[in-house]
Amino acid sequence: MSEQMSDDDERQQSPPSDLDFTSNKARTCIVTGSVSGHTEFQSPYPDQVLENVLENVLHFLTSRRDRNTASLVCKSWYRVEALTRSELFIGNCYAVSPARATARFTRVRALHLKGRPRFADFNLMPPDWGAHFNPWVLAFAKACPWLEKVYLKRMSVTDDDLATLAESFLGFKELVLVCCDGFGTSGLSIFVSKCRQLKVLDLIESEVSDDETDWILCFPEGESHLESLIFDCVEYPINFEALERLVARSPSLKKLKLNRYVSIGQLYRLMVQAPQLTHLGTGSFSPSEIAGQGDQEPDYVTAFAACKSLVCLSGFREIIPDYLPAIYPICANLTSLNFSYANITAEQLKPIISNCHKLQVFWVLDSICDEGLQAVAATCKELRELRVFPVDAREDSDGPVSEIGFQAISEGCRKLQSILYFCQRMTNAAVIAMSRNCPDLVVFRLCIMGRHRPDHVTGEPMDDGFGAIVMNCKKLTRLAVSGLLTDKAFDYIGRYGKLVRTLSVAFAGDSDMALKYVLEGCPQLQKLEIRDSPFGDAALCSGLHHYYNMRFLWMSSCRLTYQGCQQIARAMPRLVVEVIRSADEEEMDVCVQTLYMYRSLEGPRNDAPKFVTIL
Amino acid sequence: MVTDKMVDYPQFLNLMNKEWLVNHKVSEDKKLELRLGPPGEALDDNRNTTHGTKRAFQHTAETRTGEKEWPIDTTKNQCQKISCIEKIGDKVNLPPTPWSSGSTIYSAFSKDTKEEPQHSKASFFQSLPVSKKLAGMAEDFKQPCSPRMAVGEVQFADGKACCSLATADPDASTNITSNKRIEYSPVVGWPPIRSFRKNIASNSLSKPASESSNDKDTGGKPENPKTQLFVKINMEGIPIGRKVNLSAYNSYEELSLAIDDLFSGLLAAQRDPSATQNESKAKESAKAEAGPLAGSGEYTLIYEDNEGDRVLVGDVPWNMFVSTAKRLHVLKSSELSTLQICSNEKEKAPFDPAVHI
Repeated sequence: MSEQMSDDDERQQSPPSDLDFTSNKARTCIVTGSVSGHTEFQSPYPDQVLENVLENVLHFLTSRRDRNTASLVCKSWYRVEALTRSELFIGNCYAVSPARATARFTRVRALHLKGRPRFADFNLMPPDWGAHFNPWVLAFAKACPWLEKVYLKRMSVTDDDLATLAESFLGFKELVLVCCDGFGTSGLSIFVSKCRQLKVLDLIESEVSDDETDWILCFPEGESHLESLIFDCVEYPINFEALERLVARSPSLKKLKLNRYVSIGQLYRLMVQAPQLTHLGTGSFSPSEIAGQGDQEPDYVTAFAACKSLVCLSGFREIIPDYLPAIYPICANLTSLNFSYANITAEQLKPIISNCHKLQVFWVLDSICDEGLQAVAATCKELRELRVFPVDAREDSDGPVSEIGFQAISEGCRKLQSILYFCQRMTNAAVIAMSRNCPDLVVFRLCIMGRHRPDHVTGEPMDDGFGAIVMNCKKLTRLAVSGLLTDKAFDYIGRYGKLVRTLSVAFAGDSDMALKYVLEGCPQLQKLEIRDSPFGDAALCSGLHHYYNMRFLWMSSCRLTYQGCQQIARAMPRLVVEVIRSADEEEMDVCVQTLYMYRSLEGPRNDAPKFVTIL
Repeated sequence: MVTDKMVDYPQFLNLMNKEWLVNHKVSEDKKLELRLGPPGEALDDNRNTTHGTKRAFQHTAETRTGEKEWPIDTTKNQCQKISCIEKIGDKVNLPPTPWSSGSTIYSAFSKDTKEEPQHSKASFFQSLPVSKKLAGMAEDFKQPCSPRMAVGEVQFADGKACCSLATADPDASTNITSNKRIEYSPVVGWPPIRSFRKNIASNSLSKPASESSNDKDTGGKPENPKTQLFVKINMEGIPIGRKVNLSAYNSYEELSLAIDDLFSGLLAAQRDPSATQNESKAKESAKAEAGPLAGSGEYTLIYEDNEGDRVLVGDVPWNMFVSTAKRLHVLKSSELSTLQICSNEKEKAPFDPAVHI
């Protein structure tokens, strides 16, 4: 689950790498190695030594922010930094081209790419918008064949790309696909069969199509180097016997997350083979129908007890709560527990959670109600991250969780750093309480599911609650707002949210002023996603001074016009301004359905589909 | 009280348009006062009217007309996807209500531009193209903003919000007379939950073999063929068998009705060969016979399980049946005792099978 946390925990002090290419603030160092006599130049020897020393030193620099800064010192440092950068992070795959990236960073071992904007996950964008991995894999196959690790988020990966990965990179070790799509079991089959050194294959929240190929069977025979195998998002049955054999021959396997087609009986068999697991996704956590009714149930408790290193537990995709007691032995060791697919009640939760004293990350469904949250607050004093998802994700349903559970958490879990809370009703008082009780909050995402819903006790807008959060939580970098909000809330954010990097707004604000406050007030703002809010062209123009510092701006169903967006596009040549309409719309309307704009060194992309117009 | 306001509305609107710019600045200064304490005005009982702009407009209203409650909802002027527009489409000429739900704004707007040019406020709208898309707004959830947004200035856009409210349907107020929330139609992508997190309630009750409905929101995902369990079914006396998809049903009743449907036609055809020309005719006549056929107990349903044994349908829980049944047989009840039924079943009354067709 730690992989799924966004990069909110990174500090940004220097401009990001993708703009470094054009900045020429470097003092030029003396060029060495000139052929035409060295009377004009200093002797090459000391500089060579300096570069070697620099190279060795820079190898230790891991933070990409620090590396970006170092690369700006002078040309020599720029060059050496490029040679020593082993992990390349590109937050927007369209900000820089594969050619440019491979030209500068020639010895990259790990590539981390992000593609589509987050709102695409909620069907706010037609499919096939872009973010194709293909040009990247081809470029890197040619230029950096020693690439070992690829981490992709929200990108389209084809079966061919997977084949290329496996065939072009001999020592390939780790593939992590988060929220990706475009590939299927046949691509996986080729990939696993050819990657002999594979250590990590993590498919997280990705769409995998079923080509009816048995990809588990395609893992090569013999001892496997697998350390992590995560496939809980695969919505098709897998060959369990082949999986069992694979686990048996993977002595280094530490992370295993099964999909819902693995029954609890099968889980048992796997756990017995792999007691060394640290991260386990339990699959369905219910028996299959085919299991004989009269057969003796395996001793699940012992199996769990044997996994002494287990710290992260998830799965429970189709849980039969009767089996929950099986996990009692490991509760005390758990630092991360994901019940977000388990529709359990407070009573069913309590015996578990009352033992989870070390728990730091807890994802759960609101079926546990306020009472369940109170139980969490009573025990989990080390809690850093809480996510409460709705069982019933509709706007008008009666919410089982409210400000009561929310406030209880704030009072019990003082070390809270990250919260995502879906509810139907909330009060300013509870939010203000959390702002005071949990000053370490870095990520605050409150989703009051009914649109424009005010404080349900006072009837006031939720301005003051969110205002308190930005005022009191001085480390806050990520904020998602909801409920009835006026411009005042945004004024607060602009004034106090000085570290905010990611802001999500939906159905909020009264006027352009709101957006203005934010664009003028938040110098660290990187990612701004807005939907269905009354912000128009004037507001858009108020951010011109800042857009080059941002990764992207998303505005959908707001009040933007083509004219307004075109003004921005003309004023800022390094910004790609995409106007996206729904896939079936033929002509361009005067007003803009969706604006997605981002800085880029490459200008308009050449793979834009026809529902995208780049201004 | 609502109606009084409506009478005043046209004048107020003119006032708004002219004085809005002047007074907006005043209200802005007021807005910038940051207060963390509870705000001054209490809202009325209808909490559902506290839309985002209310406070702003209260300032404005107070400075000008002293009216405290003009809940104008500009946030609702977003391109929201409303589906109940169709129901309210024709009721334009009735006095408007400020508490109209979001849907009526769009219906009102389309009527406004088409049918009420004599209103002074309509000067804004006449100049704007009336896109035929407005009419179709109900169906297409992904419609862009209405053309009135083209003017681009927030103040005027807000003014338009008032305009559209003017012709909104008062019948919508019946939704709001109680203190319930306004009924919003669902909007794309809200609440922001990824599709595989939806339908948790159904998933926790269903068994692994059943179909997942998670695919719907992702669009374009092919149906998983493995969740379709087609088994052959043969009826005694009919040479040609059929196939049924067991995973399409949730209970024995549904299955027996479906089997009934399947074979009634064939049975009828056998009895009367001339009726086979028109298949649908045969079905119709078969349906007339379906009643007596279903309840007669004339036939018994048997299945072959994964061990090859023949078992009476209805003995085991439905889900277990679905996962173990490999073949079905429809036999005449009178013939039952002569068949080799599973030894367990012999202890039960053989002439009282669990499922009759």
